[in-house]
Order: sequence, then structure tokens, then C-alpha cells
Amino acid sequence: MTMSDLFQDYSEAAGRTGAYDEMFAPGQKARQSYGQVAGALRELSLADVSARADSMARTFLDRGVTFDFAGEERPFPLDIVPRVIPADEWDVLERGVAQRVRALEAFLNDVYDKMTVVSDGVIPRQLVTTSAHFHRAVHGFEPAGGVRVHISGIDVVRDAAGTFRVLEDNVRVPSGVSYVLENRRAMAKGLPEAFGQQLIRPVEEYPRRLLSALRKTAPSGVDDPTVVVLTPGVFNSAYFEHTLLAGLMGVELVEGRDLICRGNRVYMRTTAGEQRVDVIYKRIDDDFLDPLQFRSDSMLGCPGLVNAARAGGVTIANAVGNGVADDKLVYSYVPDLIRYYLGEEPVIANVDTFRLEEKEAREHVLDRLHELVVKPVDGSGGKGLVIGPDASKEELDALRKRVIADPRGWIAQPVLQLSTVPTLSGDKFGPRHVDLRPFAVNDGDDVWVLPGGLTRVALKEGSLIVNSSQGGGSKDTWVLAGSPQVPVERLPQQSITVRERVSVWPVESNWRDRQSEQQQQQISDAQEVTANA
Amino acid sequence: MLSRIAESLFWIGRYVERADGTARILDVHLERLNHLPTEERRSVARELLGVMGARPQSEDFGLEELLHALAYDKHSATSIAGSLGAARENARRARETVSSGLWESLNTTYYGLNQHRKDVVGTYRFCHWVLERTAMVSGLADTTVSHDDSWLFLALGRSLERADMTARMLSTRDVLSAGMSWVNMLRCAGAYESFLRTRRAAFGDQHAAEFLLLDRLFPRSIVYALSDADECLAKLDPSAQRVGFINDARRIVGQARTFLEFHRTDDLMSELPEHMERVQKAVAQASDAISRKYFNQADELAWVGEVS
Repeated sequence: MTMSDLFQDYSEAAGRTGAYDEMFAPGQKARQSYGQVAGALRELSLADVSARADSMARTFLDRGVTFDFAGEERPFPLDIVPRVIPADEWDVLERGVAQRVRALEAFLNDVYDKMTVVSDGVIPRQLVTTSAHFHRAVHGFEPAGGVRVHISGIDVVRDAAGTFRVLEDNVRVPSGVSYVLENRRAMAKGLPEAFGQQLIRPVEEYPRRLLSALRKTAPSGVDDPTVVVLTPGVFNSAYFEHTLLAGLMGVELVEGRDLICRGNRVYMRTTAGEQRVDVIYKRIDDDFLDPLQFRSDSMLGCPGLVNAARAGGVTIANAVGNGVADDKLVYSYVPDLIRYYLGEEPVIANVDTFRLEEKEAREHVLDRLHELVVKPVDGSGGKGLVIGPDASKEELDALRKRVIADPRGWIAQPVLQLSTVPTLSGDKFGPRHVDLRPFAVNDGDDVWVLPGGLTRVALKEGSLIVNSSQGGGSKDTWVLAGSPQVPVERLPQQSITVRERVSVWPVESNWRDRQSEQQQQQISDAQEVTANA
Repeated sequence: MLSRIAESLFWIGRYVERADGTARILDVHLERLNHLPTEERRSVARELLGVMGARPQSEDFGLEELLHALAYDKHSATSIAGSLGAARENARRARETVSSGLWESLNTTYYGLNQHRKDVVGTYRFCHWVLERTAMVSGLADTTVSHDDSWLFLALGRSLERADMTARMLSTRDVLSAGMSWVNMLRCAGAYESFLRTRRAAFGDQHAAEFLLLDRLFPRSIVYALSDADECLAKLDPSAQRVGFINDARRIVGQARTFLEFHRTDDLMSELPEHMERVQKAVAQASDAISRKYFNQADELAWVGEVS
């Protein structure tokens, strides 16, 4: 089979979606950035592609690259066709993501302090104070280290015109970076041909960057800070990620029961007694973090953590209370926040958003529920989201009631035809919708954006829901290097320089002589054998 | 290191060794069991299960049930599948501490558990496969994990379980009315060749038992395994006193080993059951003492106040 067979009917199917295709320009001509990938795929038969896909899936299962769903470990499906982002497009994304993180950081500092953003009339006070994630428990102090958004994941999508837009911000506990790291390893083995000539920017430095940012934001006066990753435990859906990051950073992965707070300092229980902890990379929701401040029935956290943070005895990353910044209603104000705090125009635009607590917008939306996407403002993972065109009449009626009952709790957006990338499905490639979550690490001085990020793909034809819990998979995301100065992924070098053996260790005086003698003996033995034969 | 992780590593060591020992015992006894008349087979199966520390679930307990209980039952910590599943689950919880090689070998072993025929013929192959996998796991643990505290806990679990398993192996001798041949017993422990090379002329029950019990150089002998455990304990707690021990585990392990090592008898065979029982008891007590000293998480999740 040739490429034309595997891609048979592709352009027709892509045409039906009405979306921007990342790989092919209209007329099924591969875009320039995809040249190498298209070349590699052209050489492959169906049997070959399937064998590679199977082997990639098997490797993931063996390595335990899984997520937990309903108590079951499932491998996160990785598609063999990567998502490629050309250097100039990445440049824009990188600047846009960093800009957004800086604005949200400033917003959070302000919200938990003087709230000048409210007194200057940029956003209504009520909007902040009614957010479910505005935590009064952390009001009025600057966290140790001075950073709140250490790690963020800013979800972007491409609309039908090919323009990138921000879909949502994740500044609480963004997950998925482990798959970025694992996908690259798997692809290097699954489709090595495509790595050939292209200069792809590496992702492996993420754990190093993360660790250095976490250490840099340790409480002042700590010389050699101890960093830990705090996980809710083995049943959390992202447990694999927690182990991978802790492992790659070489730090302990702790559960709440391993920690103890004493005199506003945090310690972990070790075989050698209690050991001080300075920085906690928190992978647990605020609500479960500290039974003294939040849910008192939580067994996942550790009592006293928030007080310790307030006293400056420990850095918690990301800071407690960040949820107020990724509230989806606040999202609709982020362009204004960027102008207000940074004095810049947003590099990446938002998706048009209706605020349902505004009467006019609400009336307009309630008449058109069947053509819009309606989302709860504090949801994540696609929970509670309703896609109008796919919903039944009953679902829409129920939604209408819920919106009227709690207008602050919902936003509405037009249905975006997310861009597509060819994805293996059965015996051919079909267009499937994707989004992109670039990850940013903020160490207080600089916001570093991991080149690429997690591309999630809706594996079902026509589906716009990319979440792993709802049948989504992922793709390796390649950012092409624009200039030769940027570090890139390389295949192992072909030519190997032979290193001369130098011996500095004392050896027996006649050792060398004997060795050559023995070799000669072997050679003559071999000759004898040949002669006998 | 974290107490919780140390506990996981200790149990990885124990479970992997348990799977290994159980596979060895099952492999050898299956051969014998097959030769017996049905009635006797049933009672022997029952007793064998008892030696391995479990009770039959139902009245109707035959060969098939024995295979299930010792090899394939995923919910029992006595069976091979159960032990390997538990080892893998512990590794999953300590994954950031162990090497990826060790984790992957346990993980692929776990996924391989289902790929075997569960009848008598399949079980021979299964046991063989288990021995290969456990050897691989042990090898990777020894060569890819730094021999620091984490490895010491793993090795400690492994050597205690090994002493226990060899004791059970020796106890199975009485289970078969015809008597288990010592050749098979030695084969079971993988000790046959070593034994022959050491004790050329003196072949017999007494010598074989001595070898598996007291040999100072054969790694699966009880004395060797116990002194291994003692060494790990000594390294884990370098605060040795000039007099006595504050570490219960060391005292228990040391007493058991020295009693065997310095014991003098003319009739080892008749004392064997008592020795075996004591060794197993010592292992259980040592394990408890280690838990108390190193893994104790008994302090509840509690607020201890601003100052204390």
C-alpha cells in the first residue's frame, strides 16, 4: 500500500469537518512543516504502520505510561502521526503563553492583596468574591519565594481560519506533561525516519527546569532546599505523572500521611526520623490540602500546611487559591488584565465568550443553546460541558434550567471547529480534532515555555472532546527549530571517533606481551582449524 | 528515605522471593503428586497447602485447587500470581525510587501472568517462567539500584523470605508419605550441583539437610540467608552499641542464626521439624520488629499545633 491508499478519502473527510488541517493545505498538499513526516509515512504500508502502532502501545503498557480511569490503569493512546508546529508559529505561541502567565501572576498577587484591579474598575468585585476558588484563607500574605503560578498549562486551539486562540488557562494543577516526555521517547522509536533532517526542539529539559524553579522559590534563608512532590496517592488519575516527575527530578514523592507540620514548618517521616521539607510541588486540589482550612474530612492532605505557608515556613507550588485566576468567567477578562497589568496587547486572542450573568448575553444565549458550547466556570477535564449541536432536547432543557438557576456558574462560547491532524483509525488515516496545551514554568524572574506541549486528539470521528477520560488520545508535538542556534533533537551521530586506549594503571610488566602472544596463538589455532577443514 | 517507601521496598523483596520459592516447591512436588493415587493426592495437596501457610477454601480440594491456590490465585498472598501482583503494586507506589529497569521487569511480569495454560502441563512452564522472571528482577535490583538504604530494605526482605522459604521447603519433606527424595529437595533449592561438589562421598538425608540448613556458602541455605539479613540490619542501623542490641530485629535474627550455627546434634533429622518451626517464627517476629522500628505510620494524621 502506498500513502495514497492510507490517505484515501482523507481530503474528502477533511473537507466535511470544515476545520483547518494541520498537515495538509487544501488539495491534499502537505504543508512545508510536515514535509519530512509526509515523506516518512509515504514509505510505510498499512501492516508496517499497524505494527509500529502496536509496538508503541505495548511499550506504554510495559513502562506503565497509564492514567487511572474508574479504578483501572489504562494506557494513554499515542497516535503515530505527530503534530508539527513551524518555528514562526511557535514564536507567537511562546510569547503569548508567557504573557498570559505574567498577567495571571500579577492578577493573583493583586486579588489576594489590595485588589486594585477592582478599585480601578477593570473587573467587578463580585466576580472575584463569588469564585468558588477564591480562598480567604490565603488572603493578605505573599507566598514564600514570591511566585504563585510556578507551573501552568494554557490550552490553545486553532479555529477554522487557522488562528490560534486561548481556550482556557490552567494555573492550579495542570497535568499532562509526563505524556509529552514519554511521547517523544516513544516516537523516536516508532517513527525514527521522520526525525532525519528536521531540527526538532527537545523536551527533556523540563524536569530540570521545574526543579530549578522550585528550588529557586524556596523560603528565604534555606541553603539547600528539599523539594517534594505531594500526590493524593496511587488511585489518582495522574499518579503516573507524579511518579515520573518526582523520579526525573530525583526528589521524594510524598502522600499527605508522610508529612507533619510542627511550629509552622513541614517535615516528612523518614527511616531516619523527621526531615524538613522546604518546597512542596502540590498535585492535589486545594480543597483536600489542609483539613484545618478546607475540607475537614480530607485524609489526603496534611493539617497545618496553609498556616506554615502563611508563616513563610514552606513554599507551596502552585500557590493555594490560584483557582480564582482560571475561573472561566475571569478568563473572559484576561485580555483586559493583560492590558491593565502589563500595558501590552494580548498576543493570542480569547475565544468569544458570553458571560451569562449579564442579562443581555444570557437572553441571547438561552435562545441559541443548540448552537453554542456551554461550560461550567470552575470545571476541568471537560466535566459538565454541553455541546449544543450534539445535545438532545431534554439535555438542553435541563441545561437551560441550571443556567437560569445559577448564571454566575456558566459561560457560553460558539462551537469551534478545532483544527485536525491525520490520525490512524482502523486501516487508514482520518482527520481528528486536536487542541494544544503548552506548559510554562515560572521561576520568578523568567517564564520558560516548554517547546511544544501536549496535543490531545479526539479519537472518535467528528468528536470535539479531547479529554483522556472521554476517549481522547495524544500526539507527540514537534516544534521545528527556526535557527541553528536553538538546541534540537538529533539522531545518534553516524561517524564515531575511535578513542585511543591510554593506560595509566599499573599493569604487570609482561601483561601486554602475553596478551599479544595469546592473540597470536588464537590466530594460528584458527588457521589450523581452517586447514583441517 | 520515606518510611512508606522503605516498607514498599521491603515487601517487594519478600514477595518476589516468595514467588520464587513457591515456584520451586510447586515444580518439584507436582511431579511427585502426579504419581500418587487420587485419594492420597487429595490429602497430600491439602497438607502441602498447609505447609505454605494457607487453608483450603472448600472441602473439595484436589490437584486443580492446589494449582489455583499456589500458582494462579491473584487474591492470595500465598500464591505466585498474588505475590507478584503485590510486588508490582508495591513497586508502583515506590516507582520514583526504584530504577526503571526494576519497575518495568515487575510490570511486564505482572502482565505476563495471564498468558499461561493453567493445567498441570502449563504449570511446569509457568514455574519455569516465574524463576526466570524473579531472577531477572533480583539481578536488576542488584545491578541498577544503588546499594544504599533503599536496596538494603529490599535485600533485607529478600533474605528473610528466603530463610522462611527454605524452611518451608524442608518441611514439605514430611508431607509425602513415601518421603521426598533428597535429590529432589536439593534440586528444588537449586542446590544439587553445589551439594555434589562439596560433599562428594557423603551422600544421604542427614548431609543434604545439613547443607540446606547450615552451609555457610550456599546462598539459599538458612544460615546464609539469616546472616545476609543480619548484615543488612547492621548497615541500616550503624549505631551499634558496645554492649547488647537495642534493635529487636537484629537480636531475633542473630539468635536464630547462631543457635543453628553452633548447635551440635547427632540426630538432625528428628530435630528438623522443630528447627523449621523456630526459623519461621523468628522470621515473622523479625518482620514485625522491622515494621515497628522503620515503617511505623501509626501516628495519626493530626494537627500538632503551632509550637511543640
